[in-house]
Amino acid sequence: MHPIDAQTASEDAASEHGLSAEEWQRILELTGRMPTFTELGIWSAMWNEHCSYKSSKKWLKTLPTEGSRVIHGPGENAGVVDIGDGDVVVFKMESHNHPSFIEPYQGAATGMGGILRDVFTMGARPVAAMNALRFGAPDHPKTRHLVSGVVSGIGGYANAFGVATVGGEVNFHPRYSGNILVNAFAAGIAKADAIYISKAEGVGLPVVYLGAKTGRDGVGGATMASAEFDDSIDEKRPTVQVGDPFTEKCLLEACLELMESGAVIAIQDMGAAGLTCSAVEMGARGDLGIELNLDSVPVREENMSAYEMMLSESQERMLMVLRPEMEEAAKAIFDKWALDFAIVGKTTDDLRFRVLHGEQEVANLPIKELGDEAPEYDRPWVEPGVASEMAPHLFPPPDDYNTALLKLISSPNLSSRRWVWEQYDTLIGGNSLQIPGADAGVVRVDGHPTKALAFSSDVTPRYVEADPFEGGKQAVAECYRNLIASGAEPLAATDNLNFGNPEKPDIMGQLVVSIRGIGEACEALSMPIVSGNVSLYNETNGEAILPTPTIGGVGLIDEHEKMARMDTAQSGDAIFLIGTEGTHLARSIYQMEILGEEAGPAPPVDLLTERYRGNFVLSAIRGGYASACHDISDGGLAIALAELCLASNIGAACDPAITYPHAALFGEDQSRYILTVPHEWASMFAGNCEGAAVFFEQIGTMGGSTLRIGELVDISLDELREAHEGWFPGFMTGQER
Amino acid sequence: MSATVVLFPGANRDRDMLAALRSVTGAMPRTVWHQDTKLPKSDFIVLPGGFSHGDYLRAGAIAARAPIMKAVAAAAKKGVPVLGICNGFQLLTEARLLPGALLRNAGLTFVCREVRLSIENTDNPFLHTYNQGEIIRCPVAHHDGNYFADEKTLKTLEGDGRVALRYTEGTNPNGSINDIAGILNERGNVLGMMPHFENLVEDAQGGTDGRRLFEAALDAVAAA
Repeated sequence: MHPIDAQTASEDAASEHGLSAEEWQRILELTGRMPTFTELGIWSAMWNEHCSYKSSKKWLKTLPTEGSRVIHGPGENAGVVDIGDGDVVVFKMESHNHPSFIEPYQGAATGMGGILRDVFTMGARPVAAMNALRFGAPDHPKTRHLVSGVVSGIGGYANAFGVATVGGEVNFHPRYSGNILVNAFAAGIAKADAIYISKAEGVGLPVVYLGAKTGRDGVGGATMASAEFDDSIDEKRPTVQVGDPFTEKCLLEACLELMESGAVIAIQDMGAAGLTCSAVEMGARGDLGIELNLDSVPVREENMSAYEMMLSESQERMLMVLRPEMEEAAKAIFDKWALDFAIVGKTTDDLRFRVLHGEQEVANLPIKELGDEAPEYDRPWVEPGVASEMAPHLFPPPDDYNTALLKLISSPNLSSRRWVWEQYDTLIGGNSLQIPGADAGVVRVDGHPTKALAFSSDVTPRYVEADPFEGGKQAVAECYRNLIASGAEPLAATDNLNFGNPEKPDIMGQLVVSIRGIGEACEALSMPIVSGNVSLYNETNGEAILPTPTIGGVGLIDEHEKMARMDTAQSGDAIFLIGTEGTHLARSIYQMEILGEEAGPAPPVDLLTERYRGNFVLSAIRGGYASACHDISDGGLAIALAELCLASNIGAACDPAITYPHAALFGEDQSRYILTVPHEWASMFAGNCEGAAVFFEQIGTMGGSTLRIGELVDISLDELREAHEGWFPGFMTGQER
Repeated sequence: MSATVVLFPGANRDRDMLAALRSVTGAMPRTVWHQDTKLPKSDFIVLPGGFSHGDYLRAGAIAARAPIMKAVAAAAKKGVPVLGICNGFQLLTEARLLPGALLRNAGLTFVCREVRLSIENTDNPFLHTYNQGEIIRCPVAHHDGNYFADEKTLKTLEGDGRVALRYTEGTNPNGSINDIAGILNERGNVLGMMPHFENLVEDAQGGTDGRRLFEAALDAVAAA
């Protein structure tokens, strides 16, 4: 027996595996004897926070997950939503925060690899990716290194695999200096009648190992991702896996060919806790036992212990239950793609999870209990306090509005992200209709003459920090708004909930209350949550990240010729503000960048208004009124106007109603859009707004090469562009102003 | 026409290429696997973009030694038009069907953006549908597109008008010597280029500047 396997399990060893004393007692009961060391590894892998959702499950159950288009909600590898004509979109977002902080290139790359595998395990060809990235303060000594590593890691994997990156977010805040966030989203398209799930069926059928070989990389990764960081972080580098996008691309093609051949009964990718988690899930969901013989597992290192093989997180691997009569044909497909194909076990009828290694049984555990009996905690939490509303006159105005606008548009959080997304292949597939820089990424549905899908990823963590309920609502509402602004009907969403240590009642309160807000917004805006991921313990030396529940939304565009963009405004077009004058400066970028403060309440979202205006804007776009559209979010009306002008490369002259100038220009009131409408239709459109009882104001006209807003702002587009485009490259080359 | 797209493991713009060819010719092109040794009857051979074998050695180096490449070289020798885009271009240089090499981008990062190209040579089966000196838009997406050749080779290429495409208006995205974006072989029937013409063949893709390349191929074949 391998020396590692010869170790004995004990309470101390359990504690080192991140298991509590109570959990250890429960494990002793369920095992019915002292577990072997391998068994302890298996229990800890299945019961850590990352795999078991033990702190969040109670609250996740409250989210709306059903809808007329939802085919598979949470619980599968990814959510599945009907898009008509027999097609479905399969999507999910998942975090790879801890590994990306330890080793940014490989951490981000394998995050991308993992989410792509989740999508194609279900039989869908990935067509779009996004990534939501949060980094620490720009002047923190590690930030530049992390940005550079994460961006090249994502690009290195997604570009070589061959999926278009069409959207995402990049933000900076000191609270992420010790824990960056890397949330990766992928979506694929499949036929509704060719979706594959992980539920095994049939007794005595072969369990097949597919893909890359197993090595020692990533052993204990899921346990690492369920703990806080401290100063010994660098010691954890060996827990990070190494990605191989070439193998993943071959695995994609081989799996899709295999599915086409009819050989697959059930399939599950090996993600967190690798072989353990995939085998247990396939068996437990199908009410079957699984027997694995590790001597047949393809390995790339010698003398691996059973413990290491069961916990390895080597990438680009799958486990499948095969139709036995198809073995030859299946093997031929994997030979063609030069990938491993090995029968490593079988399904059984005794509901046991058995692992054999070197003629010995190293594990024999009850399979249902490994998953189903995972502890579920109702952790103590406190209702977060919320600041009272602050009127605009409580905020000092800027000395000069031109200077303020330039400062905002060149600030770390509002400047152009071109430096980032030009490192991603945004066009591969030939179906990208809108790429990063737009409100939503838009991808045509291959083979369909008019249909397209829109994707957006959103959350404003400083709002969630101020008010988890309103912040949770706002994350969904902004995602909804971005999809609407592209002319898409929002269909459904995935959530990636990133928080600190749930054992602290105030952090748990943020989680509970933001889920409440997300749930209400998803309900009100008909965007059910169909998949998701929770990442807790994002703390370093006791300081938590900003609460960051990222929402990835998917929308459907029936006729992509009628979608809206923000770079298509024409000279002479009338500019309409849909919504009311800005008033809310608390937690705005203005407050942060110009006043150097972060205080007060988050802007509230009225979900009825959100939906009503959203419907109106969507009908205006589909009716062909809007030559361009942009939502108003971070930075308020002035930033939205500047972004639209820069994208369209046309100036604008605007005279909006102004009560408090700084609030009108930079207030971050919600549920607002800018639409440009061809001059000749402007009065008809205004009539439509009145008829629909939607708050609106015709604020100006597109034209010229400067942006003018009342008597306050008058800046050339060239100056705006230089400021907007300049910050990121300057920062990355160390020439920050 | 009978176009054939050669498939390598790790190629990923093969699907874009097949779609572009189908959009222009109305028929799905044939494909051939890298381990095959014979090409189907082909009037036009395409080596698509991507990361063949992960580009883990030099880009295109392993694919250039694939069994099918002997047949491709033989067809090229007979005068069949052979087009290599991106990884296909890298592969053609590794296979010595074109001179020079594609180095890592000068900026050291992957770059995906639109560039401006000047059509420098129209006397070939690929670009005769464009006007000499015409400036077009086209996207690039690559990590190793920095064309380099020794002085003598460069002199020959320039002297013989074998630079087919050049980055223009300061849009050279990768540091290529003489702003070279694409080159021809001596006979003019092998074209290697970095820009992805196959991603700009329909209005929905934001323009059709790339479409005439595939129309040219169709014409050239029809005339043959």
